[in-house]
Amino acid sequence: MSLDITKINPHFEDVMPQEYIDLVKNGPFGNEKSQKDLGTFKELLEEHPLCAGCNLALAFRILVGSLPNPEDTIIVGSTGCSSLAFSQLALHNIHSVFGNQNAVATGLKTALRLRFPDKIKDVIVMAGDGATADIGLDMTLHSWFRGDKITTVMFDNELYANTGGQESGMSVRDTVLYMAPKGKKFNKINLPDMAIAAGCSYVAVVSTARTKPISDCFKKAVLITREIGPTYIQIYTPCPTNLKIKPYESKKVATDRSKSDYQFREHITDDAKKYLESLKP
Amino acid sequence: MPSYNDLKEVSTEYMLFKAKREEQFITGSEAVREAVRRANIEVAISYPITPQSESMHLVGDLYAEGFVKEYFRGENEFAVMSEIAGAAMGGARTFTATCGPGTLRAFENFPMWAGARLPIVMAFMPRGVNSPLTIQPDTIEMGFLLDTGIMMLHAENAQDLYDMLLMSFDIVEQTSVHIPIGVFIDGFFVTHTRQKVHIVTEDVRLKPYNPSLSPVPIMDMETPPFRCMRDPFVMKSNYISYAAHASWQQEIMASAQRAKRHIKKYLGNFIEQENPSAPIQIVASGTAVSQSREAIKMLKEDGISAGLVKVKLIRPFPTKEIKNALSKTEKIIIPEFNRTGWLAREIASTIPNNDRIVPGPRVYGGMTMPPEVIVEVVKNGTPIGI
Repeated sequence: MSLDITKINPHFEDVMPQEYIDLVKNGPFGNEKSQKDLGTFKELLEEHPLCAGCNLALAFRILVGSLPNPEDTIIVGSTGCSSLAFSQLALHNIHSVFGNQNAVATGLKTALRLRFPDKIKDVIVMAGDGATADIGLDMTLHSWFRGDKITTVMFDNELYANTGGQESGMSVRDTVLYMAPKGKKFNKINLPDMAIAAGCSYVAVVSTARTKPISDCFKKAVLITREIGPTYIQIYTPCPTNLKIKPYESKKVATDRSKSDYQFREHITDDAKKYLESLKP
Repeated sequence: MPSYNDLKEVSTEYMLFKAKREEQFITGSEAVREAVRRANIEVAISYPITPQSESMHLVGDLYAEGFVKEYFRGENEFAVMSEIAGAAMGGARTFTATCGPGTLRAFENFPMWAGARLPIVMAFMPRGVNSPLTIQPDTIEMGFLLDTGIMMLHAENAQDLYDMLLMSFDIVEQTSVHIPIGVFIDGFFVTHTRQKVHIVTEDVRLKPYNPSLSPVPIMDMETPPFRCMRDPFVMKSNYISYAAHASWQQEIMASAQRAKRHIKKYLGNFIEQENPSAPIQIVASGTAVSQSREAIKMLKEDGISAGLVKVKLIRPFPTKEIKNALSKTEKIIIPEFNRTGWLAREIASTIPNNDRIVPGPRVYGGMTMPPEVIVEVVKNGTPIGI
């Protein structure tokens, strides 16, 4: 967008909310930030209502604070805890129905490519594990098969958090959850490998145990998406509310898992690697 | 044949009422293609399901010829309607078509389209949705769609279909309207048969959609405000949240009412009447109208005078016009191509003294409706097929 659009009409300055004035004066528009800058600038996410100790909220904050071009980014979300944060976001974002986020993103990207052929518009999907790997799995995969230039991010809390903690396809085998009263009977869906097989140019598995990799991998993914093809980031974001643990212990869960069965993983195609190198000054 | 760039941009009024036309002998699906050729569509997305596949693969041919800017086959109907939504949210003029089971698979999207104020034009070619498997004509899905918030036009023949599609873009793209519209045409009976259709032959196309006239921000980060909301009222249990949702729904209904004057401009009256003073009136929509015309001729030979009310606009329902048209009627016959009789229900809830209605004949499961059946119902006063 033209950065002028964010500016405040001088006649309205006295009635604009302070948060908006801060956003224009000290926000990330036209001024790329990353995770290390959090706390030093006015963030796009304002007063989210997610639970204390929510790791999804932490990941969301890092992602939104790491956008390479927030002024030309449109995010497509889905139903779930994350949809409660989207309404607090100072970016154009879409919630339509549950599970169709990658399909909506495909249509949106198509329209924006037609309308702004000379501009890069980053279309990013951010949704939970239920939306991405269960109800929306066919649309997630098909957007990858088609090679649509969309960055897909999954907040993986391994259950349906917003509806009270039911089993999802991303839940770990044998975990006892609502709708899995005797424990989950099949393995956690291996979506990162499916993403690679489906043609993603870049796939990263990270967790809230460490914040820098989330920011770094996400930036890489968005850049690669622009020129090379679809990318996928899976973030482990444990849910203290449904795990019935104290908010301040939730990050420790992520740390423990990141050392055992939820380790950092990265896959990058040669094309994508070459492209990233070409961007270096 | 001219190419896309040879076509001059004209108003919908010019396209419908002034542009030169020529009679062609084409199928209903080909009429869809000819409407889309001149509609300046940016994004068309298809899913192959009989009988929509023919019209949407003909639209694919238009893409190959350069008349449609983007086109692809989506993975299923739910996804296609979501992709169309995304394209419309991004400010593109869109088109797709579906029918029967495809409509049902995509269903969650239709109220979402209306709620998101998306100016989508879509063709439905209704067919059976029942199990065991059928692919035959049946308008039952129209009954399901009545309360989704989308506007509905019911075409009788390929000519209606062609004209209704071309007029729909300007209707839904009005700032005061900006909700979706479905143009319905009975599957197979019209889509797969050839009819004489007057097609615009002049080298013209509709003016492009102007997304800056949208009443809600286009999701392109070019249209302020970029902070559209504060507080997720989806989960709040308080009066302000309820009021926000309720007033939004009222606004969608009001949009449909505001559309009426634009629909009237192009469609003329929402209903068409023949022999309005006759004591017996046959009220129908879609191909049931054509069958009713034949029945009326046969009745005339037997000395029975019956009139016809062709209902073109189904949503918003032309309550006032129907009430006036049937104010002095003694017997009202409503032939339908579905089991549930949704049109009869609509009429019954609209007019006083609705015991005047004989809610049939109804045919379904792919049956045709011989005019003799309508004649029999008129003569005996008892419905058939209920």
